[in-house]
Amino acid sequence: MTSVAEDQGVLEPRSGSHAFAEFLARFRELGIVLALVIVVGAATIDNHLFLSAANVQQILAGSAIIALLAIGETVVIITRNVDLSIGSILGISAYATGVLYVHHPGIALPVVFLVALAIGTACGVVNGLIVTVARVPSLVVTLGTLYIIRGIDGAWAGGNQVNASMLPDSFNKIGYETVLGIPYLGWIAIIAVAAATYAMRSFRTARDFYAIGSDPDAARLAGIPVGGRVFLAFVLSGAIAGVTGALWLSLYASVDAIAGVGYEFQVIAAVVVGGVAIFGGSGTVLGAALGALLLYAINSALVVVNVSSFWSLALSGGLLLAAIAFDRLIALRVAPAMRTRRRARG
Amino acid sequence: MTTSQSAPVIALEHAQKSFGAVHALEDGEIELFGGEVHGLVGENGAGKSTLVKILAGVHRSDAGRLLLDGEEAIFDNAKQSQAAGIAIIFQEPTLFPDLTVAENIFVGAQPLKRFRRIDGRRMRREAGALFEQLGVRLDPDRLARGLSIADQQLVEIAKALTTNARVIVMDEPTAALTTNEVEQLFRIVETLRARGNAVLFVSHRLEEIFAVCQRVTVMRDGRHVWTKPIGEVTVQSVIRAMVGRDMDALFPKIDTEPGRVVLKVDRLTREGDFTDVSFVVRSGEIVALAGLVGAGRSEVARAIFGIDRWDAGTVEIDGRRLPPGSPTAAMAAGIALVPEDRRQQGLVMDFSIERNIALASLDTVRRGGLILRGSERRFARDWALRLRLKYARLTNPVWTLSGGNQQKAVLAKWLGRKPTLLIVDEPTRGIDVGTKAEVHRLLSELAAQGVAILMISSELPEVLGMADRIVVLFEGRVMREFARADADEDAIMHAATGLVEEAA
Repeated sequence: MTSVAEDQGVLEPRSGSHAFAEFLARFRELGIVLALVIVVGAATIDNHLFLSAANVQQILAGSAIIALLAIGETVVIITRNVDLSIGSILGISAYATGVLYVHHPGIALPVVFLVALAIGTACGVVNGLIVTVARVPSLVVTLGTLYIIRGIDGAWAGGNQVNASMLPDSFNKIGYETVLGIPYLGWIAIIAVAAATYAMRSFRTARDFYAIGSDPDAARLAGIPVGGRVFLAFVLSGAIAGVTGALWLSLYASVDAIAGVGYEFQVIAAVVVGGVAIFGGSGTVLGAALGALLLYAINSALVVVNVSSFWSLALSGGLLLAAIAFDRLIALRVAPAMRTRRRARG
Repeated sequence: MTTSQSAPVIALEHAQKSFGAVHALEDGEIELFGGEVHGLVGENGAGKSTLVKILAGVHRSDAGRLLLDGEEAIFDNAKQSQAAGIAIIFQEPTLFPDLTVAENIFVGAQPLKRFRRIDGRRMRREAGALFEQLGVRLDPDRLARGLSIADQQLVEIAKALTTNARVIVMDEPTAALTTNEVEQLFRIVETLRARGNAVLFVSHRLEEIFAVCQRVTVMRDGRHVWTKPIGEVTVQSVIRAMVGRDMDALFPKIDTEPGRVVLKVDRLTREGDFTDVSFVVRSGEIVALAGLVGAGRSEVARAIFGIDRWDAGTVEIDGRRLPPGSPTAAMAAGIALVPEDRRQQGLVMDFSIERNIALASLDTVRRGGLILRGSERRFARDWALRLRLKYARLTNPVWTLSGGNQQKAVLAKWLGRKPTLLIVDEPTRGIDVGTKAEVHRLLSELAAQGVAILMISSELPEVLGMADRIVVLFEGRVMREFARADADEDAIMHAATGLVEEAA
């Protein structure tokens, strides 16, 4: 019985360092908020117009689009996969929404969003099926569908463009109206992120996503339907990208064949900056959404302080590397304990 | 406390299992009773793990019966075995490093509250209660990442209790544990027994079997030897049952006159792996590193070759000290290592046979920075011929070869460097009997040509048949060293299980 006390004595310092690492990991969100405060503060000191209502609303609406996409991408990345096709899905869904209004000017708002949802879901089903049934790595599958969907979009749209004048005001309002100083889009993102964050904590299916990303083989041994869950993750990601496509159109009010090009990388950058492990298993939707807000705010701040937009790209990249270095640092703190474990395995 | 009068909770009768031509289990038999800890012992390769995997539902036996409460049952997969109340604690548990301890325990079966939401508070409370029941302290909220093996096993045991497992199988649970952790595990095993669980305790270490078990089953060569109450057996009788078989004519050992000292290992220590290991290997000599899995044999070999750094001690080749942690220096000094896992570490499976053979000798087949295909092919053909490699075309990928021929390809790759010291780790694991004899003949010839050979082997007949001297490791320390003439299976087994004092 004495060895219990001894064990505790041996364990204590080790679990101390773990507690530190876990603290850092779990309070990643706080770090992003802190960075956000610094960025906003610095930009405002340089140019007080940065905190003007118009600019704040523009940042919130723009980052809302990225944050919404980040919800689906987070779920996919947590399962140790990646969805590169979301920019293309957003593009084709946005164009389809516009065309729908051109041909049926009086169509009801919910129908429009249902169509956008259906398009996104269909794309997600295709991604999910190829990844889980044909067992092709998702990086390759979604790179393929990125080009295929964009190609279909291009063939369909040609050189055409749908403009704000062809869209009803009830639709455009979503993009510019505000409630309590926050744009509709911002509210939509806030509610969606809050709901998704809660769901990812509270449902078995969601915890399965984490388990799969953490160790796919162990997940299979534990009786988790790995294929079905990964499929679901891609469908979710596609569906969200579809709906976000319609919202995107309401914000920018004009759409052509290149809408949403490159969004996938902005979203993945936001997700990684937000603390979601690129090899799956950990991270939160809230973190990813804050990452989206931070990256968007930085870009906006650089414009306000008159820095070339090329620099803003470089800075986004730098932030991405910093985020990954930070994760590495946490991993290294845990590494000594991991090493003794691996040695002990013999 | 034993309830041996009642029917066994689970029983396996005349179970057989083959993997291709390898008969892993020829006649497996076990009966487990509630409230009883049953020990299962046997040498490496005796079929213990196969038997455990049949109980786990991982393998399905080719023949024989599985009885659950006296009724015949069939497990097609792990899920059915779990549903029948059988929980397996493997030597290396598979947890989700990114999930908390509590989540790991309840994965897929989390307690729910309204709207099918996970009841996190109840989950943590129940996890805490389980640990209390087991008499251990482990924070349910911490992540599983970085837990010690012992703590990971605790999580698995707690998981087993949540599924109301009646049978708990522990497959060599103590192999990676410290002494304190083993004591803790023993207390938990006793707790489980007192609860009325049936426990199957698989272990190499006889003192552990005698410490926790009420009944012991001995297996040898895939067969059930006997099952007896622990009171009726002694360490001696168990060892005799575990070994004791005829030596085959598999070992064409050529007697050689050992020459100069090639390898001198002095007080070599690597924290957590091995301590104070000293021995020498002379030219023309085959020295075997014997011991149980996990005794630190491969680790010593890896350190000598420079894959892992050592913390203290020295390694000398022909009187010159090697720097720690440098495979390049080890290779330059004339060491070659044929690793245990040839698929992962010995060969590049998608490369052609000739590429693989020439891979360690690129210096001899290149001019400037360019590899000469012609000389690469000549080199490979030369060695393939000498080793009697059976292949269709040298340009075929190396995975097209059979296991035994793959092993020859690895040997060819290293012999091409004309090593002064050849380290072979489990040279004949998983290859057929015919090729086995050929590999043995080859090693013997190399020794006769003056190469110093350090052989790691878990097969006692191989050790006894091939080695001039035998160094037995136990828990990372040299337990005993035998000359060829003094060694027999009993004595080696005694030393390998840490029972050197009682050795005959």
